[in-house]
Amino acid sequence: MTPIRNRRLAATAVMGALALTLAACGSDNPTGATSSSSSSSASADDSASTLSGEIVGAGASTQESAMNAWIAEFQNANSGVTISYDPVGSGGGRTQFIDGGTDWAGSDAYLTDEEVTAAEATCGGEIMELPIYISPIAIIYNLPSVSTQINMSAETIAKVFNGDITMWNDPAIAADNEGVDLPDTAITVVHRSDESGTTKNFTDYLSKAAGSAWPYEASGDWPVEGQQSAQGTSGVVQTVQGAEGTIGYADASQAGSLGTVAVGVGDEFVPYSAEAAAAVVDSSTPVSGRSEFDFAIDLKRDTTESGNYPVVLVSYVIGCVNYPADQVDLMKAWFGYIVSAEGQDVAAGAAGSAPISDTLRNEAMSAIDAISAS
Amino acid sequence: MSAHRADTVEVAIPDSVQSDLRHGRASMVNRFFQWAATFSGTLILLTLAAVTAFLVLEAMPAFTTPTDELAHDVSWYTEAGFFAYVGPLVFGTLLAALIALIVGTPLAIGIGLFISHYAPRRLAQGLGYLVDLLAAIPSVVYGLWGAMVLAPAIVPVQDFLSTYLGWIPLFAGPPSTPARTAFTAGLVLAVMILPIVTAVCREVFLQTPRLHEEAALALGATKLELISTAVLPFARGGIVSGAMLGLGRALGETMAVLLILSPGATYSLFILQAGKHQTIAANIAAQFPEANTSGVSLLIATGLVLFLITLVVNMIARWIVARRAEFSGAN
Repeated sequence: MTPIRNRRLAATAVMGALALTLAACGSDNPTGATSSSSSSSASADDSASTLSGEIVGAGASTQESAMNAWIAEFQNANSGVTISYDPVGSGGGRTQFIDGGTDWAGSDAYLTDEEVTAAEATCGGEIMELPIYISPIAIIYNLPSVSTQINMSAETIAKVFNGDITMWNDPAIAADNEGVDLPDTAITVVHRSDESGTTKNFTDYLSKAAGSAWPYEASGDWPVEGQQSAQGTSGVVQTVQGAEGTIGYADASQAGSLGTVAVGVGDEFVPYSAEAAAAVVDSSTPVSGRSEFDFAIDLKRDTTESGNYPVVLVSYVIGCVNYPADQVDLMKAWFGYIVSAEGQDVAAGAAGSAPISDTLRNEAMSAIDAISAS
Repeated sequence: MSAHRADTVEVAIPDSVQSDLRHGRASMVNRFFQWAATFSGTLILLTLAAVTAFLVLEAMPAFTTPTDELAHDVSWYTEAGFFAYVGPLVFGTLLAALIALIVGTPLAIGIGLFISHYAPRRLAQGLGYLVDLLAAIPSVVYGLWGAMVLAPAIVPVQDFLSTYLGWIPLFAGPPSTPARTAFTAGLVLAVMILPIVTAVCREVFLQTPRLHEEAALALGATKLELISTAVLPFARGGIVSGAMLGLGRALGETMAVLLILSPGATYSLFILQAGKHQTIAANIAAQFPEANTSGVSLLIATGLVLFLITLVVNMIARWIVARRAEFSGAN
């Protein structure tokens, strides 16, 4: 009696365990299936599943979360593919790519002319630089008594962040915000305490758009001393939330319920939006003397064009036009996925970036289509 | 050896033990235990030696590389040299730790006295557990609490201090909002060192010889006089060593300071102003992720300085405790 009951118990247990395992598989599969079907439609339909191989990239840590999301989705759709990305930093990524250690690089800055020459030697042909990661930077403030969006010209922003304007009801701010009842509150500037690409792009914007009001050069370390600061984007956002009268800068996706400044561009004030951020990339000037598929741009920080939001961080994917024959399909599919509407949406979801415009996508696709065996 | 063992056997009654002894098993257990203890003792020494060697070796390039080369390599390092860089950090570290000690130690003594001499026994036990529990909270939680709750909430206290005590340089305004200042960081550190200091104080207070206390009471001492004449003098060495343990923790605390303090590198005494202070440990944590080889070496060199400071603090504590050994419970 007992042994039988035991056996039955054991059988039930095994069944239960099996059921659990199956259930686990079951719950796993649908997500895998949907993502694979959707992304394979974005890349090369049926051929996607036949891709295999291993590619390695390294570079900017700004792209890290977007890159992780891209890699996860792409590997889901192409089980034979292994992709890794080492967020060593832009400089390290460019060096490794030029030395031939990686298949592509992620970088916040485009290659210098010397680097282009060296990279072309490594690639055995032309290179491509695609500005595919656009991350808008919002200027965030905590002023609960003001319900309308505050406008500031580049010069005013520079003076505020440099400590030259210390009160919210300063005439310079009031001039840009007619009819707004600005409070008699002291301004507390909050910046990043760690070195960051966000700081570098924000100071680059100030130095190019604000003229003499911002006496510093672009740098990853905040140049003004004695102000409030915090570690990382979340630290800045949380510090700005911590007291009234604070102002800071952060990835726009993290701004949350805080107020964001509409930035003066030409005669109007442009609030942050993904479209406005992508627009400034489109209207920026290409770097001269570059090859056909090199879409390096000099961001027009001082743009006066309507609907452009110039406080953005742009990061590149840098690759060769010629790859070894067995890598061509994979690199095409991988870059194609990154620039695809779906890939850009994945990055927007994971990293809060602004999707690139169709214009830029068409340009990038012309380069990706040109990838051929070396 | 055998005579010694025979002594022990007369005390240790159980038959099993005696039979073990006859078979020599106890001597094996004995030897094994001796080995295990020796091993542990040696291991901690080896670990310490390894950490020291690591610090010195990794920090070496920071001292041997020419200053201008380092300044070129590392964006946050200037030609003024290593001591100009580490000086404000040492100052900030000591400042925050001192605030913690000045606020934390009297509190810990108060809690210890309450538990040992005032509270009803049941309450005392529960309170003891609760204070010990404070030590189990991860420092990142203290940091988040300090940054998200205390820093905004303590602004009125800072305003009060700077308005009425602003003539003391320490409290000179204008106080920063939110209060990501050395003041707030010091307060959170004070809470963090409470468990260890309280535990030591409580234990030494409880060890006050019964005779001393009864003698004081027999002479007509009130509770306060009892504590000030019998308990506190006896416990002085213990209080100091407890405070030094706390100081050690406050000096090395990283995460909480990193999250609470708006860093800045100055010798400023204005603890209510943000962006003026930074500690060595928090600075290492903040700069390490993006540091290159030279930067890492510089950061580790600052770590070496912190290591030396902690060593000196501990030696001073030992010296103070040893000087008061006659009160330390040996009698």
